[in-house]
Amino acid sequence: MPENRLVSTLRSLGPLVGLLLVLVLFGSLEPEKFLAFQNIRTVLTQTVIVGLGAIGMTFVVVSGGIDLSVGSSIALSTIVVARVLRDGGSPWLAAVCGVLSGACVGILNGALITRLKIAPFIVTLGTLQIVRGIAKYVAGEQKIDAPASWLADLMTKSPSPAWLIVSPGVWALVVLGVFFGAVLKKSVIGTYAFAIGSNESTAVLCGLPVSSIKIRLYALSGLLTGLAGLMQFSRLTVGDPTAATGLELNIIAAVVIGGASLSGGVGSITSSLVGALVMAFLANGCNLVGVPNYAQEILVGGIIVIVVAMDRSRRMT
Amino acid sequence: MTSTAPIRLSIEGVTKSFGATQAIRGVSLNINAGEVHALIGENGAGKSTLMKVLSGALQPDSGTLFVDGETYSPRGPSDARRRGVAMIYQELNLAPHLTVEQNLSLGREQSQFGFVLRDAMRPQIYDVLRRLGIADLEPDTLVGSLSQGAKQLIEIARALLDGAKVLIMDEPTSSLSRSDSLRLFEITKALAREGCAVVYISHFMDELREVAESYTVLRDGATVGSGLMKDVTDNELVTLMAGRPVERASSHLAENRGEELLCVSDLSGERFPQGASLVLHRGEILGIVGLVGAGRTELLRTVFGLERIRAGTVRVGAHGFRSSDGVDSRWKLGIGMVSEDRKGEGLMLDLPISNNLVLSRVDSVAVNGWISRSALVEKTMKWIQSLDIRASSVDAPVGSLSGGNQQKVALARLLHHDVDVLLLDEPTRGIDVRSKATIWNLIRDLAASGKAILVVGSHLPEMLAGCDALMVMQRGRLGEKKAASAWTEHSLLVEATAGSGDIHA
Repeated sequence: MPENRLVSTLRSLGPLVGLLLVLVLFGSLEPEKFLAFQNIRTVLTQTVIVGLGAIGMTFVVVSGGIDLSVGSSIALSTIVVARVLRDGGSPWLAAVCGVLSGACVGILNGALITRLKIAPFIVTLGTLQIVRGIAKYVAGEQKIDAPASWLADLMTKSPSPAWLIVSPGVWALVVLGVFFGAVLKKSVIGTYAFAIGSNESTAVLCGLPVSSIKIRLYALSGLLTGLAGLMQFSRLTVGDPTAATGLELNIIAAVVIGGASLSGGVGSITSSLVGALVMAFLANGCNLVGVPNYAQEILVGGIIVIVVAMDRSRRMT
Repeated sequence: MTSTAPIRLSIEGVTKSFGATQAIRGVSLNINAGEVHALIGENGAGKSTLMKVLSGALQPDSGTLFVDGETYSPRGPSDARRRGVAMIYQELNLAPHLTVEQNLSLGREQSQFGFVLRDAMRPQIYDVLRRLGIADLEPDTLVGSLSQGAKQLIEIARALLDGAKVLIMDEPTSSLSRSDSLRLFEITKALAREGCAVVYISHFMDELREVAESYTVLRDGATVGSGLMKDVTDNELVTLMAGRPVERASSHLAENRGEELLCVSDLSGERFPQGASLVLHRGEILGIVGLVGAGRTELLRTVFGLERIRAGTVRVGAHGFRSSDGVDSRWKLGIGMVSEDRKGEGLMLDLPISNNLVLSRVDSVAVNGWISRSALVEKTMKWIQSLDIRASSVDAPVGSLSGGNQQKVALARLLHHDVDVLLLDEPTRGIDVRSKATIWNLIRDLAASGKAILVVGSHLPEMLAGCDALMVMQRGRLGEKKAASAWTEHSLLVEATAGSGDIHA
């Protein structure tokens, strides 16, 4: 048992050690710029969208699934928010509609996966295209300008009132991260997610309503994706049907760097969020030091492979 | 057929142990060219181990093998094939999306500039298909579209293309129709006439009489008899397989029955069971025995709602299940099941004992959708202590426990759920002898406390000692229920092996 505890501690600390390494590395290379309060605040704000997506993705990945449609779903959400605002809806209404559009995509994914019994990878590869197409159709294939509202302040770099210190989006990420971290670890639905991801046959043998649980998990993930879309709108202040293209891969990368297993049964929200921070600080640090973009991409890709390889060897022992 | 035929395969004093268990101990046998030799034994007698040694999948601890008089010590299955020894497995290793011809030439394609020369293999392939009497089979047919019987022949054809001189056939008719079986018998005999030596494994006496001339009986890893099929009766063979009647180890009373808890009548599933009926009383341990593949597992799974009910009824008390009712309806009415496949189905090996224990009833440790850690630990500790589960903590992953302790966790799930009816599929499989005794004691205690237990098992002495009553399943059908004291190993085996390839109406 002490050994098991050690392994699980290592697993949860691994991403944190990685984050520290990144901070120390760039902190020593470019201390003035990298460690400046303003810069850290910017990076945290940049983490919000991937971070919210990663919370939802962790639920799906722990249950043995995957969701490739989140980038498209984020774009659709920005369009929905912008259109509701443009058509005279209140910011609150626009926000709720944007979040719900994400939940709808999630329910669609869950329903297709469980009813048609098609692998999540394939289903969401399909909805990735379908949802992107819907977003473009709803937007009339162009950006949608929206009247100014407080929604644009969610991702501001200098929040007011000043005692907030960081943008409301960052606070939302922290609060939701803590809440859903507890849901995954300590709630019944979280326990079910681990069970299905660890051994779906056991879940069936124990009489769990596996299909309905999966739909709920994808819906939950969709809800958080919709929220990420709202933040994306706040950042752009327009609805953009081409926004967040390929962002699903960053979100999945964050979850994987956080130590979740794509074969299911392993993962935690905090670790996924640390994974998102590693990616954000790494990109920021590289920019400040002047590492060219292509080198950054090679670096991030290499880190993903190394993290998974380390995790594998840790589990072998 | 003649006595002057050369000895093709010779096995001398082969032994093989796995840890402390001796799977085969000093087995010797000779098979001539042109001979079909039946290898007979109960489940676990050592047949599979011997065949794995022959086909190169396992290395023997001691002993020597000869093929055509030359020492034969294959380093692996492909090496064995090169030496002319081929195993025809129960599960066929064919690529369903490729054609007959592609399957047959797989791994021995002749190519030029990277392109397969299709025509180069054609004459050989036609020749082999002709030898098997299936020359009319179109080589462009997709293997996936063929019947089980035809697939089996393709598998044999592949062995012949490798120049097989010794063929090992393990229960080759287990998934074949009667007519496909008959064709296979003819082909087997024809191949023997051409000079092959065939080792033929089957549980069915009439099938063995049809194809084999000679036999060897294995029991507990040793040869207990051999000779010519024509010199021995079925009864003598079964006696050899079972050995002396085993003393009943327990003085368990069969009279402590209560009211009827589970009633299954004329139950049929997709393939198995076929019209199975049984009644299970409170306090009773009813055992189902039969050969591997007789449909015992399917019976439990159909009763439990994991497989669809096609006809017949399953009732608990006054409640009858509909065919659309799922597993959750069984748990709700107090039926629980332990799977034969702990790794693949029974347990979540990388999750803690506690999660595995409460999964069928998470609400018992939850308040408003949140798990109460203290309730979870308390419930888990209770079962860890009362079943003496050896684990370092409640958070230890189940995969870190020994097989016997894993099985206790699987059983504890049913006890935690407080079911009345326990369906146990091979509850003592893959665990050491002492844990087996512990599990059986636990089963008896549960029955004494008023649970009803339906248990499927393969080890006959264990089942005779542990159960109150036994039924034999044979090709999906259940025989008569008799008190365990009314059965012997011998009589169980006779009933289990009674059928031929036929399905009696």
